[in-house]
Amino acid sequence: MILVLVETDLDGAAVEVSREAVTFARTLSEAGGGVPIDAVLVGDVSPALGEQLAAYGVRDVHRLGGESFAAFAGSAWASGIETVLAATKSVVVMAAGTERGNEVLAHVAARAGVPMAANVLTFGGLSPFTVTRQVVGGQALEEMRLADRPAVFTVAGHAVEAETAATPGAGNVVEHAPEVAAVDLVARVVSSEEPEPDLSGDLTSAKVVVGAGRGAGSAEGFADLLELTDLLHGSLGVSRVVTSLGWRPHHEQVGQTGSRISPDLYIPCGISGAIQHWAGCSSAKNILAINTDADAPMVTKATYAVIGDLHEVIPAINAEIKRRQG
Amino acid sequence: MAVLVCVKRVVDASSEVLLTEDAQGVDGRYAGFTTSAHEECAVELAVQIAGAEGQSASVMTIGDADAVEQLRAALAVGCTAATHVVADPQTFGPTDVAREIAAVVRDQSPDLVLLGNDAADSGDFQVGIRLAYELGWPVVNGVKKVSVADGVVTASGDGPDGYETYQMTLPAVVTVLEGGVEPRYPTVPGRMKAKKVAIEERSPVAEPAGPQRVRLLLPPPAPSNVQILGKGADAAPAVVDVLEQLGVLGR
Repeated sequence: MILVLVETDLDGAAVEVSREAVTFARTLSEAGGGVPIDAVLVGDVSPALGEQLAAYGVRDVHRLGGESFAAFAGSAWASGIETVLAATKSVVVMAAGTERGNEVLAHVAARAGVPMAANVLTFGGLSPFTVTRQVVGGQALEEMRLADRPAVFTVAGHAVEAETAATPGAGNVVEHAPEVAAVDLVARVVSSEEPEPDLSGDLTSAKVVVGAGRGAGSAEGFADLLELTDLLHGSLGVSRVVTSLGWRPHHEQVGQTGSRISPDLYIPCGISGAIQHWAGCSSAKNILAINTDADAPMVTKATYAVIGDLHEVIPAINAEIKRRQG
Repeated sequence: MAVLVCVKRVVDASSEVLLTEDAQGVDGRYAGFTTSAHEECAVELAVQIAGAEGQSASVMTIGDADAVEQLRAALAVGCTAATHVVADPQTFGPTDVAREIAAVVRDQSPDLVLLGNDAADSGDFQVGIRLAYELGWPVVNGVKKVSVADGVVTASGDGPDGYETYQMTLPAVVTVLEGGVEPRYPTVPGRMKAKKVAIEERSPVAEPAGPQRVRLLLPPPAPSNVQILGKGADAAPAVVDVLEQLGVLGR
């Protein structure tokens, strides 16, 4: 049995990355000669959710209910998953590589005394059981062996596309309300509220984003970039190094730990294009990279590029725009 | 109320990384090394929490001889003691790391242990949680703000449905995501003071079981279709032509 932790959105539907994880699970299922896939989740299971998961090939949907699951606690969720693991005799436990997915599965693995592989991209084979996962922020891959059972791993976002199964599963809902030990309820959410006002709104909805990285050189090195931003009625976005050096505020950060942008045009200036940054800007329709290094990943991935120092190129562009606008 | 913060010397992933010849590790000679942003924030929180309680924060790492640089960096911004478990971290799996940290915790008896949410190189997302089970302590994961009052730790951060707050009595383990606090910059006196702190060196308490690594690989390069518009300032007219074509000018 393969057990997949499924996360749901506020409307009670399975989130895309969880559907990707179930899709990924089908590769394992086929390698094992049709091992059934079950889902486990916390929260309400509407008939629509049962049908949705069935379409992805899920046999049983195990729901963890009761007071112990009313507020999030990583150890309580893991305790509940242990109950389902025992009941289903599962040999694989998977989740999407979200903050929650990685956290809960780390609890499951620690309690079971087995390894966990985070952010897996591909499944290598059953004997030996190997997976390949992202390390060094996606700059390198690690082939990893998961010899113990259950094999515990999370699937990196967009490692596969979420696709429904050729043969749907039954999608039967199985209710569980297991006892959770008091010790597993100590580190528990005591309040959940609307997030603080999001200052990155302009950035995420901007049609044009001018990006700046280490190449800006200093906190004072943004004047020309801000002028270009103004001329294009766009927003300024920066790479992580810029915020960690304190040159610009964190809400301007684009990347894995910042905002994800999808403008018509992104103009990354002096940004090499580390994978963490790429994660935040890869949805841009066009990219015009300005960089001194013609081999920088951002340049090779761009639609257009200018090879040069942003402090020479940007003033010239600003002057040309002003000249044409009269 | 004593605070211990754990840091790791990691390759600077903002530039291209290379692998070691045996494909068991990352060769950071050209990319350089750093402390991850999550851990810089964990250090800042440790210093703030300890300061508010009139106590001091200590820092530890598991790493080779060069990892002293990361300990000195934490000492320069306000930690007052440092412990160095001298070992090659690439031969340690998450369970090994958790066991070594637990050994230091048992000797030093901190009330609160802070870690980064995940290591920037190995990206295992589990050391803090394994440490908590090793110690039998509660653990909160992936928070941005942490404070302590009257023996109770309050930790908060973004969850899938909103901003979440946890509260629990000490001792506890908390793992930190960047973004909740601005790490301070070391002052010159801070750096001078950091140089004088005697760092406690230790050997690992057990042979590492190792990571379950078969080997590391580099991802295949993606094909490039980039159109080069020119070099330097001379490219400006071609750039503005593209801006006009894309309709992003004159709005």
